[in-house]
Amino acid sequence: MSEEVLQQASPGLIPGAGTARAAKPTRLSPSFISWLQAGPMMLVFLAFFLIPLVFVVIVSFWDYNEYQLLPAFSGRGYTDTFEGCIAQLPDLCTIGRTYVMTLKLCFMVWAITLFIGFWVAYFLAFHVKSKTWQMGLSLLCTIPFWTSNVIRMIAWIPLLGRNGLVNSGLIKTGLINHPVEWLLFSEFSVVLALVHLFTFFMVVPIFNSMIRIDKSLIEAAYDAGATGFQTLVNVIIPLAKPGIVIGSIFVITIVMGDFITIGVMGGQQIAAAGKIIETRVNALQFPAAAANAVILLVITFLIITMMSRIVDIKKEL
Amino acid sequence: MSKTTGTKGVSRRTLLKGTASLAGLAAGSGAITGFPYVKSADAKVLRYLGTAVNEGDDISKQCLKDTGIKIEYITATTDDVTKRVMTQPNSFDVLDTEYFSLKKLVPSGNILALDAKKIKEFDNITPVFTKGMTPGGKKIGGQGTAPWKVLYLEGKDSKKFATSATEFVTLIPTVYNADTLGIRPDLIKRPINTWAELLNPEFKGKASILNIPSIGIMDAAMVVEATGKYKYADKGNMTKEEIDLTMKVMTEAKKAGQFRAFWKDFNESVNLMASGETVIQSMWSPAVTKVRSMGIPCTFQPLKEGYRSWASGFCVSKGVSGAKLDWAYEFVNWFLSGYAGAYLNRQGYYSAVLSTAKAHMEPYEWAYWMEGKPAEKDIKAPDGSLLEKAGAVRDGGSYEDRMGGVACWNAVMDENDYMVRKWNEFIAA
Repeated sequence: MSEEVLQQASPGLIPGAGTARAAKPTRLSPSFISWLQAGPMMLVFLAFFLIPLVFVVIVSFWDYNEYQLLPAFSGRGYTDTFEGCIAQLPDLCTIGRTYVMTLKLCFMVWAITLFIGFWVAYFLAFHVKSKTWQMGLSLLCTIPFWTSNVIRMIAWIPLLGRNGLVNSGLIKTGLINHPVEWLLFSEFSVVLALVHLFTFFMVVPIFNSMIRIDKSLIEAAYDAGATGFQTLVNVIIPLAKPGIVIGSIFVITIVMGDFITIGVMGGQQIAAAGKIIETRVNALQFPAAAANAVILLVITFLIITMMSRIVDIKKEL
Repeated sequence: MSKTTGTKGVSRRTLLKGTASLAGLAAGSGAITGFPYVKSADAKVLRYLGTAVNEGDDISKQCLKDTGIKIEYITATTDDVTKRVMTQPNSFDVLDTEYFSLKKLVPSGNILALDAKKIKEFDNITPVFTKGMTPGGKKIGGQGTAPWKVLYLEGKDSKKFATSATEFVTLIPTVYNADTLGIRPDLIKRPINTWAELLNPEFKGKASILNIPSIGIMDAAMVVEATGKYKYADKGNMTKEEIDLTMKVMTEAKKAGQFRAFWKDFNESVNLMASGETVIQSMWSPAVTKVRSMGIPCTFQPLKEGYRSWASGFCVSKGVSGAKLDWAYEFVNWFLSGYAGAYLNRQGYYSAVLSTAKAHMEPYEWAYWMEGKPAEKDIKAPDGSLLEKAGAVRDGGSYEDRMGGVACWNAVMDENDYMVRKWNEFIAA
């Protein structure tokens, strides 16, 4: 993508480069320069993303035993993963159930982070006038990243646990007689922790889109007699769309692959696509883990493709 | 505009050139200063890969003082230790791992068996490891990967476990313990004496097990046997049918909401118990001690079906040879010479050579930890903090009673692959 951007940018540079070339005939051609500029990024991308990915795909078709990879073609990683998917119909097989759960969590987290993220960004972009305050408040949003997952889990227990602050508070006010159990180690706590962590990834891109909206458009809408709601739906949301989609991609890709937060906050009892991979890797079954990674990648990629159908991000940027 | 860009470009290039030459200079000088360092590095350094159990700072400090060997700890979880041995065998020198991992490690050829003749105290190692019985002559349960089944190799580079004693030892034993359920007596308020209680609906939403499939399933198997539902030929090596049966019991319990959470980490287990989230769970001895030291009642409850035991020991990476191998022997010999053993005993674990550890402990400490007698004085942890007041008795009693009561050992099953798939199914259920 960066390559394309550079190529689009380079025609603008050509006139300047052209005059320079007239003075110095030995100068490198502009297309070579743009390749050179894009090169480092491409190399990093190749070395740290594409090549490892190719290895993952290759290994996913290998065989294995208790202690080593056997480099012979085998579909075992995949057939084992989809074991019982036809035989158990209409019941879902392990992988089916796991993905239903993962997608469910993903959807809930996405919807909530989008709602919260949108309004936080809206507040920052349109209500906070001073740049300093905008910066300061954005930094506040990063606080959830300051602690590790294990510490966070230990911190949630005194708050959400059976004898935690929330439960004892509710009992004291007489709202409940027995502690509420679903506050911790449940889907609720998983979603809570994920929202707490990832709303920031929604806020930043949406804020970035909103801050670039020409204020005169809003004034024009107002002058044309639009209500606040109409302005929001017809002006702000369409113009903030690229930010919304980018934020959504961040949140969805992270939650789809998450196994640490889901594991810790779900008491290790909630299935997740990432968790299957973790269990396999821990048992040294790398090809099976790789096969699951490929499946996860394909599904995530499909979701992203669907989302970018809604908005052409390249165009919007 | 374009002109300014031009000058900027030039200055950027100069800057790049400058940094590049600086980097080159730094690399060059690094290589130069690097050389004499390597040459003068007479310090004996061993990279020690293991879980946190044995990796006390006090142990490495004392070792440096006594032998001049500097221990660099590489700490990882049990699973990650095994992974590292498989994938990066040259990233460590000494390996501290559990016996049940040997079924994976030995066939990989990435570890080197040690020579029993070079281990000074080898003949004094507790018969728990060599004969499968306690010093008092009690026979120990051998289900699972019991250490004496995998202690010897047939030859130096053999990948086969020998059935009788040879001089090639897979792991020189260091530390082991008998694990059982930890309970909160103040919240349960009645005696607990069987593994069946772990899945008793009375403790719905208040039970927990270890989030390691191969160990979790053995705890479940203890429950299944305790309820009289089935008797396994070997809980540590189930058939596919037995795995299905055990997982079915677990799945039913999970669906009924029996488990609060599964724990993976020492602190997680302590917090679950201390906060009252769980009242009964599989646990480690020092974790129980930790809960108790917070002023919260917690018992490492002996159960009539016996304990699930584990053991670990030392071997070296296949890449270790020459002087480094000598240091490794020196270190292992030092480890068995008493200081480390006493240190481990005081944490509630057991040391492999009892006689040397005893010499490094006070008689009242030995009586409390090993003989199951009431403490004559306050019992302190290695760091000096108070563990038990005078008069306390260790849960489960003496070494003889606890190790003699072992029913099975942590294991890797032949059907491990199937078991892992079933575990994922269990989590998704």
